[in-house]
Amino acid sequence: MESTLDSVNKAEEMADQMAAQAGLDEDTRGGVSMAVREGMINAVLHGNAYDPAKRVSLTFEQNGRELIVTISDEGCGFLPEEVPDPLAPENLLKESGRGIFLMRAFMDEVRFRKLEPGTEITLIKRLPEQ
Amino acid sequence: MSMKASTRQVDGVTIVDLSGRITLGEGSVVLRDTIKDLLSKSQKKILLNLGDVSYIDSSGIGELVSAFTSVRNQGGELKLLHLTKKVHDLLQITKLYTVFDVKDDEAGAIAAFNH
Repeated sequence: MESTLDSVNKAEEMADQMAAQAGLDEDTRGGVSMAVREGMINAVLHGNAYDPAKRVSLTFEQNGRELIVTISDEGCGFLPEEVPDPLAPENLLKESGRGIFLMRAFMDEVRFRKLEPGTEITLIKRLPEQ
Repeated sequence: MSMKASTRQVDGVTIVDLSGRITLGEGSVVLRDTIKDLLSKSQKKILLNLGDVSYIDSSGIGELVSAFTSVRNQGGELKLLHLTKKVHDLLQITKLYTVFDVKDDEAGAIAAFNH
């Protein structure tokens, strides 16, 4: 996908549809689509800096037990452990820095993998037992 | 759904009625420009009515925080009114619910500015 806001919006819609197909309730679907939106914002804005020459890759996988979303960019990469805690008192009034926290809040697992170049984020939501 | 903002004055308080999504891009910009415009006119008692705000992402939260600090830095006050469940829950988990003064009725909110 292109590194644009339109891609972010499309990814959010796709995530909502995938979450609905996976049988998730409305609140949980909202959380999943928000997490995907935040992952895409990270890739488009922070990773690729809206560079039209850089692409974002987005994949959805549903295996009956989990919904797995993978987002990767072609940016410089980053260390998730170096992202300041947005809940720390000194960071509470910062204007940015909540994306990763929100991904972790709404998904069961969030994994980061350094690429050459870029970053891959994997978001996993466990599905209710049928 | 794009973000819309309209303003009205009640007892010296500027109420900004927002509707739509406060998200990265247009939504965030509309909020930012609205606050900037109000402060430029020395309108520093600002009540953001979020009753019709259906969605907010991390950028939107950032703009709310920015609005809060901008108004405060100019000696003003910004309060929030009528949070939807989604926005309420987001402010709770990001620990911002206690930072903002959140109201659930307009008359009470206006009175709170004028103590």
